[in-house]
Order: sequence, then structure tokens, then C-alpha cells
Amino acid sequence: MKIVVSDPLTPLKEFTAARIAIGRAGTSIPMKETLQFKLAHAHARDAVYSVLDVEGLVSSLKTLNLPLLHLQSKALSRHKYLKRPDHGRQLDEASEQQLKDYNHGYDIAIVIADGLSAEAVNENAFDLLKILVPKLQSAKLKIAPLCLVEQGRVAVGDDIGFGLNAKLSLILIGERPGLSAADSMGAYLTFGPKPGLTDESRNCISNIRPQGLKAKPAADKIFYLIMEAFKRKLSGVGLKDDLAIGALGH
Amino acid sequence: MSYSFKVRNINYRFADLKTLLAKASPYRTGDVLAGICADSYEERVAAQTALADVPLKAFLNETIIPYESDEITRLIIDSHDVIAFNAINSLTVGEFRDWLLSDEVDNAVLKSIEAGITPEMAAAVSKLMRNQDLIAVAKKCEVITRFRNTIGLKGHFSTRLQPNHPTDDLKGVAASMIDGLLYGSGDAVIGINPATDSPAVVLNLLKLIDTVREQFEIPTQSCVLSHITTTLQLINSGAPVDLCFQSIGGTELCNSSFGINLALIEEAYQATLSLNRGTIGKNVMYFETGQGSELSANAHHGVDQQTVEARAYAVARRYKPLLVNSVVGFIGPEYLYDGKQIIRAALEDHFCGKLLGLPMGVDICYTNHAEADQDDMDNLLTLLGVAGCNFIMGIPGSDDIMLNYQSTSFHDALYLRKVLGYRPAPEFEQWLIKQGINYTNSTNYSELHEFIGANSERLLALISGI
Repeated sequence: MKIVVSDPLTPLKEFTAARIAIGRAGTSIPMKETLQFKLAHAHARDAVYSVLDVEGLVSSLKTLNLPLLHLQSKALSRHKYLKRPDHGRQLDEASEQQLKDYNHGYDIAIVIADGLSAEAVNENAFDLLKILVPKLQSAKLKIAPLCLVEQGRVAVGDDIGFGLNAKLSLILIGERPGLSAADSMGAYLTFGPKPGLTDESRNCISNIRPQGLKAKPAADKIFYLIMEAFKRKLSGVGLKDDLAIGALGH
Repeated sequence: MSYSFKVRNINYRFADLKTLLAKASPYRTGDVLAGICADSYEERVAAQTALADVPLKAFLNETIIPYESDEITRLIIDSHDVIAFNAINSLTVGEFRDWLLSDEVDNAVLKSIEAGITPEMAAAVSKLMRNQDLIAVAKKCEVITRFRNTIGLKGHFSTRLQPNHPTDDLKGVAASMIDGLLYGSGDAVIGINPATDSPAVVLNLLKLIDTVREQFEIPTQSCVLSHITTTLQLINSGAPVDLCFQSIGGTELCNSSFGINLALIEEAYQATLSLNRGTIGKNVMYFETGQGSELSANAHHGVDQQTVEARAYAVARRYKPLLVNSVVGFIGPEYLYDGKQIIRAALEDHFCGKLLGLPMGVDICYTNHAEADQDDMDNLLTLLGVAGCNFIMGIPGSDDIMLNYQSTSFHDALYLRKVLGYRPAPEFEQWLIKQGINYTNSTNYSELHEFIGANSERLLALISGI
């Protein structure tokens, strides 16, 4: 006797990544699928609690020959971070102090923050920047010291851009992990960064990871948006990225 | 006016009703984030004790958001039914709780006072109730709605089939939809969250559900959960719109951040009614709500997230919806931190909605940054099943690959039907039986396989024809 009833709709699986045609045990989800689901959730949970690999990032980023600052948001723990998004959007006092030594005026501030998946930036930030930074440099843009931020939210990038007196801020940050990907990195850019801005002032490039938007096309897209932002002196809802899609042909 | 209660040597004072409600609210992260939560366990119980002595009448004299500045407050006050309120007008909030639980109060009594209860009264009494009380009273309420089938009958329990796809790919949507239908899902609605709000995309999705529904003669309704303005535009261009969807909040400011107001909802309601597509009823609206949306839009006016959520139900009940659901765990841990808070909030929302006469469902769900997992959702699913929740979501394997959160699976609904002996909406059940997809009589599944065997080519042809 077969305990688990296999699903006659298996041929439909080719049309979607949704968990269809998974069969049943009684009317419950079979063991195999239950464990696969649990594993995906475990990966997502572990990603939320993963820690920024400061040492690893410092050692790879130093090949870019830019000064590097190690900063901390006002959220002192992951639990605090999850409960108080407002704390994750602001730097602590010591970090703000650090910025004061570097507010000489730059074109771009680049920030790397853990967000909701440190794993995502640990794995993807350097691969992106090693393509993007040389492009920005050949476009004669002056780059501020790279900033690594622990327990950071998206908006912390704007505070840092403002603190460093930069014309544009770019933050690379771990996105909220899904069951299908726990290592997805997002990039947000703001022209004229300052505290208190919201999503409508930013452009977002999402799903940057080897199985999603790869480093090379992501860097091309970000570079294009940065150049457009400088040209038009704005970012956010007024700066659509469909031009970028057309120009890059994907 | 101010309220107070003395515990030992501390006299706790609460400046107004709004503060009292916030301080009396069971702990949740969103109220902490808003800076309005009780500072200690003792202060919370002091507030609850003071609240228990507040007459229900006080809520008619003291608004928590000024009448002059908020159209939802105006809606609540102007539509309050004094005659319905008569039966309870002498009660305090605490007495109201005992009264609701008393054996004399049944569904008929609750229906007779429904229009006399304001959202703030419902929220207030819920704060004095344990989870058990929220379940016991909600269980008494029967809220029945109709479009092409009958939803909310005692002993019945429905599901929204939610076949979302990250790029709105029609074949992908159809595959999930067929999977769900064959698990007996979809009697509340087949409802898709589109990845984009483009009218052309929404129209294609509407046509897809409509085609499948007509081809298989399924007694259910369709909905694509686009913005109400997109739906209006589609109605005016002759699209097959069964239900009009909108997310709503409990303040005018919150709704304005959603790009809506009462006049716009009224316009869309009348437009949807005018299509006259329901065969057995005229409930044409589908609303979604959820604690925390007002704070998230910075539009909460210092009101606690549970009370302001209940105010959204005043908006909903004006338009006689077919379905209302609280998307309780979607908002994230800064509003509802863990399984305990999500479960409590869901039971409160279900209770308040039902008490105010709404056909409440719940999207039993969580995100990956919340301290929750499938076990918490199983607990909530079972509790809501016992409480007589009208419907839940049905998503392939619990994993919504478009919205990136976890809700209930097709299998979860079958579990609930099995352990609690619930059946689908009667018209839909008849259709399932006719097709041989009869999970409520769980002794024989062979008919289902015969059905799929006999129709597999037809089903695949349907998809390849898209």
C-alpha cells in the first residue's frame, strides 16, 4: 500500500516555482516536502541572524584602494534591530563622530550594511564593487571612504551620505530573506542624501545574487542609474530605470 | 476626560480614552514603537481595570480622533444606531464583556445590537478578554454573505485560492489555480495579487480566472487585488470584474496614503454593483486590513494599533463586503514580534470584525524576520477554526513566491475541515462532489484520481492554450 499519494499534476510543475503537485499523506503535506520547506525556512532564519563578516570584507575591499570606515547603527543587537527600525536607520554617536573626520565633499558615498541578511552582502558586495568602483573612477567620480555598517537599515545610507557631504549615496544591503533565496542583496541610491528621506526618493535594484541578477549586469544597471541621477540631479520616482533596461538590452 | 486607578500606593492616571485604550492593550511591539504602550505590567492591568469601569456611552461622547478632522470618525458617529444601542447603553466595558459571554446572548441578540456597537467599543472590550473569550464570543456570530455561493454558514469554512506568480505569468498562475481547485480550495474567491498594477496585466488575469470558472462551471467568484482605481477603470472598460478589492485602514490619513477615501470606495462599490454579476447575492466588495498599517503610514494619531485596526471595520461594513480579511502577520516584527503576538492580534481582529457584523477571514501568515514558524500558524489555524472564522488563504505549500511570505496551504484547509468536521460553501461542495473532488468525505479519493485522469489532457490543454 502506498502511504503517500503522489500527485497526478506533476507535469504542471514546469510552469511555476510554486510548491504545486506536492502530493499528500492523508490530507497533509508529505514528509519529504515538509522537510524541504523547513530547510528553506531554516536558511532564511539563519540569514536574518547572520553577522557581517567585517574581517573578510575588509580584506577583499582593501584591493579597491579606498579608505574604509567601520560603523554601527543605534540598534545594538539583532533583537533591537528587528523591533526598532528607527534605530537601524541612524548611526550611533561614535560612528557619527568618525564621519566628521571625512566630510570633505565627495560625489558618491558607498555603504555596505547587513540589513536583514548579512550573508547576502558577505557573499555579493565585493563581487559587485570590484566591477562598479573602477567604472565610477573612470567616470572621474570622487568616491568617499567605503562604510561598513552593522545593524543598518536602508535609510542609514542617506545619513552617511549627508554626514560625508556626498552628492549621492549608494547602499548595498541584505534583503529580507525569502524561502527561495536567503542571499539576495539590494542596492538603493539617493541623489542629495539627507536624513528623513523615504523610499520615494530612492531607486532600488533588487535580487542581486549569483542565481538572480548577477554582479556584472547589476553593476551596469547601478552605474547607468548613477550617471542618470547626476545628469538629471534627482533620484527616486522621477528617475525610472526602464531606460536602463532598454539600454542594456535585458 | 481623564481616568485613573490606584494600585497599592501608585495612582495611575490616563489623560483620555485614547491613552487609556493604548495602555490597556496587550503588549505588542508596534505600540512600543509608537511610544504609547504601558510602561509596566502593573500599569497595563491598572488601565484595564479603569477601562472595565468606563460606560459604553463614553465612546459616543469622547472620540479618539476628532470628528472634525477625520471622515472615519464622522462615519462611525453619524452611522451609530441609537435604537440598536439601547440594549447595552447602561453597560460598562467590563459588564459588556460578561454580557457577551452570557448564555442569553446568542447570534440573534448580537445581530440586533450590531449597528449600536462602534469599533472603539469592540476594541475596548477585546482588551479585557482572554483569547478564550475572543473565541467563545466570535463563535456565536454567524455572518453570511453571498455572490455565486454562500459563505459563512455555521459548520462551513471557506478558502481564498491565492495562485500568485512573481511575474504574473498566466501559465504559472493557471498551474497553481488548478492545483488548488483539485484540493478543494477557492470557494471564498479565486484571488490573485498582481505583481504589477498595470490595467492590461490585471485584465489578462481576470480573463484567465473567468475562463477557467466558466469552462468548469465553478460556483465561485474571481478577484484580482489591484488598486481600486485600476479596478474602476477596468469596470468602465467592460472587464469581467466580480469583486472589487481594496486595502483599507482606520484613519482618513492612512487611507489617503493608500490613495483612497470613502467617496472613491462608494463610487467603486456602485460601479461593481451595477455589473450585476452575482447569481445569488450582491456582496461585491473584498477588503484587506491589518494591525500596524496606520503606524507604518505615520497616520495613527497616537491611537494603539488594535483600536485603529477596528476602525477600519467601520469602513468595511458600510459597503456590505463579501469578504474581509486581516493580513495579520504580513506587517513584520516591529509591529507584531512573534507567534504569540500574531495569534493574539488575529483573534482580536476576528472577534472585533465579527462583532461589528463583518464576514471575517484571516490571512494566517508570517514573514521570515518574525519569530514565528509553521507551528505557530498551526496553532492559530486551529484556534480560528474553532472560533468559526469564515475563510483563510490557500497557497501552494504555504509559500507565496510573489509576496515572499508564508500563509496557509491547500492542505492546511483540508486538515481543518477534517479535524473540525467543516465543509466548504454548499454550492461549491456540490460542485466538488460532482467533479469527484470530495475531500470532506475522506474515505475515498479514487474518484479524484479518476477525475484528474479523465481531465488531465483538458487541464494541460487549458494551460498550453493560454
